Amino acid sequence: MSVMTYREALNMALREEMQRDPRVFLIGEEIGVYDGAYKVTQGLLKEFGERRVVDTPICESGFTGLAVGAAMVGLRPVVEMMTFNFAILALDQIVNSAAKMYYMSGGQYNVPMVIRGPGGPAHQLAAQHSQSMEVYFYHVPGLKVVRPSTPPDAKGLLKSAIRDDNPVIFIEAETLYGIKGEVPDDPEFTIPLGKAEIRREGTDVTVFAYMGMLYRALEAAEELAKAGVSCEVVDPRTLRPMDIETMIGSVRKTHRAVVVEAGAGFAGMGSEIAAFVTENAFDDLDAPVERVTGANAPMPYAKNLEQAKTPSKEKIIAAIRRVCHA
Amino acid sequence: MVQAKTPTTKLDAELARRLLSQMVLIRRFEEKAAEMYALGKIGGFLHLYIGEEAVAVGATSVLRPDDYVISAYRAHGHCLAKGADPRRVMAELFGRRDGLSKGKGGSMHLFDKSRNFLGGHAIVGAHLPLAAGAAFAVKYQGGDQVVLCYFGDGAVPQGEFHESKNLAAHWKLPVIYVCENNRYAMGTAIHRALAQTEIWRYAETYGLAGEAVDGMDVLAVREVVGRAVERCRREQAPSLIEARTYRFRGHSMRDPSAAIYRTKEEVEREKQRDPIGLFRERCLKDGRLTEVEIKTIEKEINDLVDEAVAFADASPEPPLEWLTADVYRE
Ligand SMILES: Cc1ncc(C[n+]2csc(CCOP(=O)(O)OP(=O)(O)O)c2C)c(N)n1
Ligand SMILES: [Mg+2]
Repeated sequence: MSVMTYREALNMALREEMQRDPRVFLIGEEIGVYDGAYKVTQGLLKEFGERRVVDTPICESGFTGLAVGAAMVGLRPVVEMMTFNFAILALDQIVNSAAKMYYMSGGQYNVPMVIRGPGGPAHQLAAQHSQSMEVYFYHVPGLKVVRPSTPPDAKGLLKSAIRDDNPVIFIEAETLYGIKGEVPDDPEFTIPLGKAEIRREGTDVTVFAYMGMLYRALEAAEELAKAGVSCEVVDPRTLRPMDIETMIGSVRKTHRAVVVEAGAGFAGMGSEIAAFVTENAFDDLDAPVERVTGANAPMPYAKNLEQAKTPSKEKIIAAIRRVCHA
Repeated sequence: MVQAKTPTTKLDAELARRLLSQMVLIRRFEEKAAEMYALGKIGGFLHLYIGEEAVAVGATSVLRPDDYVISAYRAHGHCLAKGADPRRVMAELFGRRDGLSKGKGGSMHLFDKSRNFLGGHAIVGAHLPLAAGAAFAVKYQGGDQVVLCYFGDGAVPQGEFHESKNLAAHWKLPVIYVCENNRYAMGTAIHRALAQTEIWRYAETYGLAGEAVDGMDVLAVREVVGRAVERCRREQAPSLIEARTYRFRGHSMRDPSAAIYRTKEEVEREKQRDPIGLFRERCLKDGRLTEVEIKTIEKEINDLVDEAVAFADASPEPPLEWLTADVYRE
């Protein structure tokens, strides 16, 4: 075990997987000479050279499509989106090429690639640079979608994503790059995709949250514990495939569920979780599932509006109190 | 490069004063914005236009007020040159309610409908088709305005650059694309991004008029863009102009000015060709402006920018109800 930042854990995963498998290469904007816009790829150009750390011009659709083609012919690309907002430009290649290739070729061509980079709200980056992009992807059959919330998850999940034979969308968070945690040094340490993690055990209510919202939910749980409300906090980690078993198991135990998400609520992750909880555990529920979501608006620039846009600890606490009648 | 020939535009004292004032305004505004960023009054990404002032000022000087301008995220200069109130631009950077976009847009999303300034856009390449669309609308409506679109060298590899060039040429849209080639897209030097680094040459391929110009020479920019405006109004022929310039600061306030991708020496060398310094010298030499007149201009601009900061600081935060307003027009 070593204590390292989330950023360093990602870097470690990339390095180890590149050492392990010569087919793995990195491609994206500013990942080499500049060492990454957020320094996730720091030092990798030096270690692996230009053949395997490929700086691109600004052309997201172009280099993502190129990666899909390379994956069809034997390589395992890891594409960096400088931020996931720019993946919108590559959406056609991700949705129409990467996600469907295996299916429409009748199982002949799979696309083993990872598309990774930061997403979600950061600090006053305004409407076009602060989007919670996972919703755009997890709707698409053929894609896997990962949102790692801690340094060990960052390492373990990224390694699994790179080893996966399917296209994996791996969305990090700028606001988490600096957080520290204990990370296994073992180059064979991985965390399987599709496994949720119970971050805090509790008995009265299950709170689902990931990334920045996970930490806010944990704070809310801490505060509510003092008031005698016991929250179980569950981090889905992989949004598709989702670990329904663990998630439903928790709700069966607590009989109540609250979903917290940073993005806008309409047709968001909360909608999906609420639906499958209702389908699978209706008889266990003591209250309707509550969603605490970002406001249904683009991200404003002004600091006060930005703060109001994402769910606050107070809003999370209020929702938990409502379902618990506490 | 097609260097600026001797400018055909007559340089009278009034014009000289106007061009110099605007360049000094942009420079001073940006320096002040940097200070305010350091104080935490401005957040997010802040991309300064310092070093590139001659492009916005030279180009805008040949436009009419009813012509349209659209730009990327390094747009303070373009917006100010188009006539936006510096106080409201600063208030936008502060995220206050009197900002051009009510504090909701920030530095990267300045819009001023009253000046036909169609905005600052933060996705590289995205606004190039918008410019073609504005020109399409002008033509559709039988107008004679032109649309001027600024973008960086970094947008050239992007598909939208190529798509919009073709559309503009093919449909003869009254649009002028001005590429501000400052030789870097963040940390990527232009030769690391393009096989064809002479950006104006793409014009020929797509069927637009193309010219390169010294973007540090405000009169040269004025002349070249002036010709493009003529072509646009007369025969609705679009143009692609490559203005060769340089950013003196980092990519944004988060990026030091001379990082790994370029040397301090290079930056210092380019600063020798400061567009304001060059024009100042020229005005003095030609006797268009005196030392005293220039000092007066600088003093006036200083006051104007201080006033902008005071205005921004006094402007209240946007009310919380504004968070969900303006999502749909009711
Ligand atoms: C589609 C897209 N990809 C990446 C980015 C991140 N990014 C912001 S500015 C920039 C460099 C653009 O350089 P250039 O167009 O030359 O403009 P300059 O900054 O030099 O004015 C990059 C890569 C973005 N905003 N949009
Ligand atoms: Mg540039």
